[in-house]
Amino acid sequence: MSDTYAGEPPDRLKESFFATKPTGFTRFMRTFIPWQMVRFAAINLKMLRLIVRSHRG
Amino acid sequence: MSRVVVLGAGVAGHTAAAFARKWLTASDEVIVVSPKPDYNWIPSNIWVGVGLMPAERVRFPLAPVYARHGIDFKQARATEIHPEGGASTAAPYLVAESTRTGDEGEREDIRYDFLINATGPKLNFGATEGLGPDGHTLSVCTDSHAVEAAKHLDTAVERMKRGERQRFLVGTGHGGCTCQGAAFEYIVNLEFELRARGVRDRADIWWISNEYELGDFGMGGLHLKRGGYITPSKIFTESLFAERNIRWITRAHVRKVEPGRAQYETLDGQQQEFAFDFAMLLPPFAGVGLKVFDKAGADITAKVFQPNGFMKVDADYTPRPYEEWTAKDWPKTYQSPVYPNVFAAGIAFAPPHAISRPRQTPSGAPIAPAPPRTGMPSAMIGKAVARNVVDMVRGEAGPRHTASMAAMGAACVASAGANPFTGTAASMTVFPIVPDFERYPEYGRDLDQTFGEIGLAGHWIKILLHHLFIYKARLRPGWSLIPE
Repeated sequence: MSDTYAGEPPDRLKESFFATKPTGFTRFMRTFIPWQMVRFAAINLKMLRLIVRSHRG
Repeated sequence: MSRVVVLGAGVAGHTAAAFARKWLTASDEVIVVSPKPDYNWIPSNIWVGVGLMPAERVRFPLAPVYARHGIDFKQARATEIHPEGGASTAAPYLVAESTRTGDEGEREDIRYDFLINATGPKLNFGATEGLGPDGHTLSVCTDSHAVEAAKHLDTAVERMKRGERQRFLVGTGHGGCTCQGAAFEYIVNLEFELRARGVRDRADIWWISNEYELGDFGMGGLHLKRGGYITPSKIFTESLFAERNIRWITRAHVRKVEPGRAQYETLDGQQQEFAFDFAMLLPPFAGVGLKVFDKAGADITAKVFQPNGFMKVDADYTPRPYEEWTAKDWPKTYQSPVYPNVFAAGIAFAPPHAISRPRQTPSGAPIAPAPPRTGMPSAMIGKAVARNVVDMVRGEAGPRHTASMAAMGAACVASAGANPFTGTAASMTVFPIVPDFERYPEYGRDLDQTFGEIGLAGHWIKILLHHLFIYKARLRPGWSLIPE
């Protein structure tokens, strides 16, 4: 048996230590409204293309 | 004059009924048989489950919508299908038991010319002891489950405000589950909400799932072009969790839940226990348990349905090793091979095989994510089935329109925090849903149409889709112009 309340291990011992993490700039761009307005249009277009292709079978 | 009966009023059934009604003439009948009086836009249950949205905003009564559009609605649960008729009639019919207050359990025979089985799944909480709202865990599979989850979350937040630490466990409650995407959406929304309520520092948030790797989602994962690399969805999902300090357990089969404790077995055979204060674990799905009888009254359910209760359609169900399955095995028209006037749509059809490689623990427990077939594919299948039924009503010999999951893509927006300025969502597209390694030998998918991105724009799209799809489901003017 394991995983009872043992407290938080240090970050370097967590599985997340080996995962990629976004830089501060990437995180900023994710909620930077002018850039996100561009992405809104771009993602909608990508999705529309996919929907049209899917409906064609 | 023909009568089309649709079982179920979820995404697939509601779409099929609405299009059948639109395309048939007034002299034809469309009947919907569904045990619940309301339509529930399930993707938004996530927001109900974290207390951001009241249940009334994700559901509405079906009867007035159907009355306005000339669809006959029977609030009842179908229990039997008699596709060859019975002793007193040669016409096919089904038996339904009313679920309406006042006449619960009253049986009715409903004759049909064409039957569309779109019942959705049975939420099989019973597969894991102690799982589910009647046991010791929560769910967001229905609007009422989500309301319950939100109440428990409020209690946990109160405790954290008093200084207590709380341990959250979110994911799949059995090794054979599907819908990992919904659990994923719940855990990232939960984390966002705990931050918004100022108690994140007192929460330990854990993911548990039957996925071999994070980001599998029951579809064998996917590959994306990002930053000059072709990256598996594992990297994408791990990054999302690591950034939010969400920890994870994968390759796990939850075998028992007791109050505050989940026992699970991992693929390598370890028996583990996890102590929790709050657990939202999704159940595996099964068919709803419809029985089928021939003219003489003999039970022929096994001819029409798979043992798991999902309906056999025009797929290739020949048992073969996982490596030998191909995209061509997947159904195209969803017609029953036994009864040509019976179709299945959405979760009700039996997939020919898993998309993710099925595995077993040393004790034989499944670590086998089932294929997802909710949302966009469900609606597209519902529409194609309606088109075929209408054609056959008009004299076509058989179905011509196809909606194979191996030839259609899916667009998915997974909310990761609901705020119009600081929220984010993961926007993903995948084409095709079922990998086709003959057409796309390297990754099974078209990488130009398979992408993923996290940002506020995704959240705006999610909000847009919520309103658009509820508008469409209400069959408001122009509803049929909104794509599935």
